[in-house]
Amino acid sequence: MQNPYLPYPVRIDDITVETEDKSLKTFKFVFLNPGDEEKFAYQAGQFAELSIAGLGEIPIGIASSPTEKGFVKFTVFKTGKVTSYLHAMKEGDIMGIRGPMGNSYPWDQLKGKTVVIIGGGFAFTTLRSSIVYMLHPDNRSNFKDIHVIYGARSPGMLLYKDELMAWAQRDDINMHITVDGTDDPEWKYHKGFVPAITEQVAPPGNADTYAIICGPPIMIKFTQPVLDKLDYSHDKIIMSLENRMKCGIGICGHCNIGKELVCKDGPVFTLEQLNQTPKEY
Amino acid sequence: MKVIKIDKSELDAGLEKLEKSFRLIGPVKEKNYYAFKELKPGQKPDLGFSNSRLSAKSIVYPQSEVMFEYSLDRNDEKYAILEEPARSYQPRAIIGIRPCDADAYEIVRRNFDTPEYKDSYWLKNYEATTLVGLACKNPGATCFCTSAHSGPFSEKNLDVMLVENNDHYLGRLLTEKGEKLAETAGWTTTAAADDTFENLKQEAESKIKSKVSTDNLASQSLIALHEAESAIWETEAVSCINCGTCTHACPTCWCFDVQDETYGKSGVRMRNWDSCMYPLFTVHASGHNPRGTKIGRVRQRFMHKLKYYVDKYEKGIQCTGCGRCVRLCPVNIDIRRICNKMNSFDPETSSCEVAS
Ligand SMILES: Cc1cc2nc3c(=O)[nH]c(=O)nc-3n(C[C@H](O)[C@H](O)[C@H](O)COP(=O)(O)OP(=O)(O)OC[C@H]3O[C@@H](n4cnc5c(N)ncnc54)[C@H](O)[C@@H]3O)c2cc1C
Ligand code: SF4
Ligand code: SF4
Ligand code: FES
Repeated sequence: MQNPYLPYPVRIDDITVETEDKSLKTFKFVFLNPGDEEKFAYQAGQFAELSIAGLGEIPIGIASSPTEKGFVKFTVFKTGKVTSYLHAMKEGDIMGIRGPMGNSYPWDQLKGKTVVIIGGGFAFTTLRSSIVYMLHPDNRSNFKDIHVIYGARSPGMLLYKDELMAWAQRDDINMHITVDGTDDPEWKYHKGFVPAITEQVAPPGNADTYAIICGPPIMIKFTQPVLDKLDYSHDKIIMSLENRMKCGIGICGHCNIGKELVCKDGPVFTLEQLNQTPKEY
Repeated sequence: MKVIKIDKSELDAGLEKLEKSFRLIGPVKEKNYYAFKELKPGQKPDLGFSNSRLSAKSIVYPQSEVMFEYSLDRNDEKYAILEEPARSYQPRAIIGIRPCDADAYEIVRRNFDTPEYKDSYWLKNYEATTLVGLACKNPGATCFCTSAHSGPFSEKNLDVMLVENNDHYLGRLLTEKGEKLAETAGWTTTAAADDTFENLKQEAESKIKSKVSTDNLASQSLIALHEAESAIWETEAVSCINCGTCTHACPTCWCFDVQDETYGKSGVRMRNWDSCMYPLFTVHASGHNPRGTKIGRVRQRFMHKLKYYVDKYEKGIQCTGCGRCVRLCPVNIDIRRICNKMNSFDPETSSCEVAS
């Protein structure tokens, strides 16, 4: 019998500081044992438990895309016990990852559709995975228009800045990057909060258009009425939850909202599904 | 099914034979209560008990269980790599488990043994265990097993059922595992085919006066029950001190936490029973707590047992009616009352047919 709690051993191959305040770093891992990468086959929107012996495990969304081979990436905000320790680790250090876990964004359903990605702050990780996945030459033709609205406090707080700028140059994706404010005279993108920018630039809702929203609760709270105004039906609004987790595989009981376990039945839900569950997230 | 007769005088000799191939676990008196404990060589289970204070769940699912070991010595070639410690899953038998506690394993199994993931720790322990039940002839005042898919003579999840009958036990060998155990113990005398079992069963069942109604739970609206704050949750939660006694004692509560413990340069990752009654159970690193109120936590425990589980598995409630939480709660929060409230809740009038 396989032990579902046993992490795959990995080595930290590369660490990138993402934001000017250094609170976010991206960790690139390679698997120590050949064959484990294949077993870890994942889809955009899934997450994994990062495991550090002596500290514990934390659930983190997978930031790399299934189309990127040879490694997996996670972007981690420094906040408590495990994340602070991780931020102090070095390239070459050994740790573990366990997964992939949870459902993913509904890629079958999204085929042939327009996808509007709305992200705020550091909840952009699985959205990056999704964008890289959709833009891959093998996949781009599977989707209609792709819109991205992504905001952060300031230019220095945007994740994956080089990639954002490169995407902004392309004609097969509509990038709408915004910051709450900046005194940088060179800043050539939007200024303003995500809900306001969404109202200006998002296409109206229809049977062929889906919105994926990830961000801080306050952003979600104010974006939802905007999407209602734009006529997005609740089964076309997709969200990803972050309940406290331990096992990640639906057994320890930590993450439920009603009868749903966020780790296994989620973390991705449509707003229509969430309307049927207690608001315990 | 084979039914055997074990003279009381034969019981101990049989257990001594079993000791050679099984680890034996049985009820043992400690201070003023009983506990299921591993029996020392020669030690006999004390079958004169009503039921143990805590359930027998810890035999399959220990309160603390080491999952992995690791070394934090950088010179070690296994540095920072988790490994499952070698462990013996030698056959073991629980002698004298009550039928309700055996039925609890069936309820809990749905959580640990799923199509997608198998909890190898729970399953290996469970599969190594033979359940020798002891029919419950004198159920307690807080027992309501007969209306909770169990019963004082429930055989659903046992390998052997022992029924005390004057100078002997009837031994009903319910599974192959049970037959093997009886053979190993040398219990081979076939019992006379008569109505003794049925009669004793009816007698015991008729002693259970306490009941819950569960017939409407499945058709009730989950959201309406969740939102029934004034009709149910506020009054029920007001006196709860979130001590976690109820979840700790319950045979069908299964939640756990995972922690790493390091001693010098090595350590273990272990899991420990946890409780949805504790505020830390759901708190995020940011401080946000989606179940930050006592009402929310009390509601979670009962909604889980009496609604979420019912809807998810369609196998009834997540409770065998063992009555432990009713007996042990320091402030008399009673699952029977709450169940009846939930069952009779009318969203139109926002009221229940049960007085608080
Ligand atoms: C599906 C999912 C995806 C996530 N993706 C990301 C991501 O991409 N990047 C990122 O920086 N963060 C992400 N988080 C949040 C991240 O898991 C927490 O910030 C992290 O667990 C905090 O751990 P800590 O030990 O530093 O904090 P402490 O407060 O010391 O937490 C101790 C333990 O509590 C648990 N815990 C605490 N907060 C959370 C939380 N918010 N969610 C789940 N468990 C928690 C963990 O088991 C943790 O080890 C995600 C959470 C979930 C559920
Ligand atoms: S035993 Fe009673 S007081 Fe303690 S947590 Fe359970 S319901 Fe609350
Ligand atoms: S909820 Fe109470 S009565 Fe039901 S099985 Fe658990 S402890 Fe026993
Ligand atoms: S994290 Fe354990 S059940 Fe979801």
